[in-house]
Amino acid sequence: MFKIIKTRFKQGYRTLPFPKGRPPVLPPRYRGRPLAGPGGSLDLGSLTFIPDDGLQYTGDYRMAVTRREDLMLKTDEKVLASALRKELLRIFGRALKLRHVSAGGCNACESDLNVLNTPVFDLSRFGIQYVASPRHADGIIVTGPVPRNMREPLLKTYEAVPQPKLVIAVGSCAISGGIFADSREVSRGLGTLVPVDLFIPGCPPHPLTILDGLLRLLGRIKK
Amino acid sequence: MELYNGGTVSVTDIPIVKPEEFRADIVRRCRGDARLANLFGTLDADGNVRLFAVLALDADAELQIVSTKILAEHPRYESCAKDLLQAHLFEREIAEQWAIVPEGHPWLKPLRYHSNYRGVPDLWPDIATRTIPGMYPFYGVDGEEVHEVGVGPVHAGIIEPGHFRFQCHGEEILHLEIQLGYQHRGIEPLMCGKDLRRSVLLSESVAGDTSIGHSSAFCEAVESLSGCMAPPKAQTIRAVALELERIANHVGDLGGLGTDVGFLPTGAYFGRMRGDYLNLLLALTGNRFGKGLCRPGGVLFDIDERMAEDFCRKLRQYKKEFVDVSDLLFTKPSVLARFEGVGMISMKNAKNLGMVGPAGRASQLERDVRIDYASGMWQFYHVPVSLGVTGDVYARALVRRQEVLRSLEFLLKVLPTLPRGDIFTQPGPMKADSLTITMVEGWRGEIMHVGITDRQGGFARYKIKDPSFHNWFGLAMAMRNQEISDFPLCNKSFNLSYCGHDL
Repeated sequence: MFKIIKTRFKQGYRTLPFPKGRPPVLPPRYRGRPLAGPGGSLDLGSLTFIPDDGLQYTGDYRMAVTRREDLMLKTDEKVLASALRKELLRIFGRALKLRHVSAGGCNACESDLNVLNTPVFDLSRFGIQYVASPRHADGIIVTGPVPRNMREPLLKTYEAVPQPKLVIAVGSCAISGGIFADSREVSRGLGTLVPVDLFIPGCPPHPLTILDGLLRLLGRIKK
Repeated sequence: MELYNGGTVSVTDIPIVKPEEFRADIVRRCRGDARLANLFGTLDADGNVRLFAVLALDADAELQIVSTKILAEHPRYESCAKDLLQAHLFEREIAEQWAIVPEGHPWLKPLRYHSNYRGVPDLWPDIATRTIPGMYPFYGVDGEEVHEVGVGPVHAGIIEPGHFRFQCHGEEILHLEIQLGYQHRGIEPLMCGKDLRRSVLLSESVAGDTSIGHSSAFCEAVESLSGCMAPPKAQTIRAVALELERIANHVGDLGGLGTDVGFLPTGAYFGRMRGDYLNLLLALTGNRFGKGLCRPGGVLFDIDERMAEDFCRKLRQYKKEFVDVSDLLFTKPSVLARFEGVGMISMKNAKNLGMVGPAGRASQLERDVRIDYASGMWQFYHVPVSLGVTGDVYARALVRRQEVLRSLEFLLKVLPTLPRGDIFTQPGPMKADSLTITMVEGWRGEIMHVGITDRQGGFARYKIKDPSFHNWFGLAMAMRNQEISDFPLCNKSFNLSYCGHDL
């Protein structure tokens, strides 16, 4: 017992003040939102955020949007996710339970969803929780390019969530098929299977990108 | 024919023996010192399928490669799995990918549910049209009070999909059968061709938690085929990233084990500490999983003196925290009582199954690519092999703890003395009609990539083997006669890759 208390004391308080306080600083090499470039038309939803694709990346981690077309960057003007309708906010705004479905994800997006449960991000302080059954959930959060073998389990999980329900796509694979888009085994994005309410791009998205997106959807971050 | 890790041979030089000899050779050698490290097929220009077997002789750091030809008009051969358990999954894979029957295979079923790559009727007619569990004939157990429990593919936690079918008697598991394939994205065919820009990204996404492991195996394969040597500094940076990846995952697993036995403080602390190592990878590569670091010819990001110092300072601090929290975990009697004697795999079983990595080492199998098949940086720095004795959850946890400490020691030693010079050299074109094998000790164990080029020097076939491919069957065996409630704990102690298996 004494040892547990001692270790607890040494660990200290680690939770980020996010979204309050100073904006979090990410290391200089972090590749966040890219610049659209002159006359470019860039699809954030299929981007893998690699260093050698000739794009210029900024350190801005905020990228989640509510409409698929908002991921097509034509100018550097930023469009971010907007809050849910008033009726939905009344239902989900203070307690949002999500069922996660991994559908062909490489376990990177999955890991960074899990990270939100660590003391650093402490997701549950926002009333957001991952739950064990779709029947307990207000929506599903999906990772991966939805391979043929996962299509039916995904749709069944979706159907098992009571109405009204939300669908959140995390990572370029879930949004567009990502680098697997040319494979005959995967779908061309979650949006072709079910209506999607929030798109969080990245390969994988930084945990802050995910958290920022979720909080915007719930109207907790407005700027 | 002999080959070393990272060596290249001409495909035509590899002897082709008759299928009977091929089989007899594999079985005979694996009864001796060898183990089956790979067995796969590829389509020849004449429409026949050529099978290659890679036998690993760990003590001599030597790989033996043999091949045979299966004629298209007679697509069958006598199964090796009848006499050699290690071949069991490989032969199912071949049956599915190339529609070839291994006659007498003890449990011939599809592996990932996709149509074959030969364009002929599949061995299972509706393999690519129906969804998995419904059509799968699971191993059954009959008797009074025997019942069946099915779990997945959508699990309660945030993990990848797989289906687990337990045959139980009361709380006791008599048999567990694991059906994967839900994550099958068709990576291997996508890797082929001449344009390597997408292939390297795919290699980073074979298993996102092993991005460095798989992408460095891929880069080494391309480098070997093009006769290019990555500069020493690049090889060192790859090794640094590989160890950061190993530590991050092992720390995360120890946290998961704590959570699974209900000891939450260690779950929370290790969970957070895992992030520290991922953040070092982020500082190094701009991505928390190291995506974008390794490219054929070297690496894209340098570590300068300031970064090395900063990393060392942080790592020394992290090491203290790790020792603190792992002491808390490993001295708690209620934790030990749940770890010890659960999910046991004997050394003999582990050897028969061909297990690798920490799960194999926990059962006393002294296998570590960093030592046995040292390449790159590992030729100059030997990490001691971390062995467990008991083969249970406790041993698998202890091996992880030991490996974290040894990797930290490695990093603290290497970072201040990084070689100078370039980090990238442009690789030339790849040799035509050649075959290369590269191995990397990923955090789950032996990663093996085999690249075969065509006449134009593009990849005609690219075979990826994640260590999980060897170890999934080990998990099934570990669950025999265990309480079903211990499954999450055992599963976590292996923590195998679904997408690495499914490709």
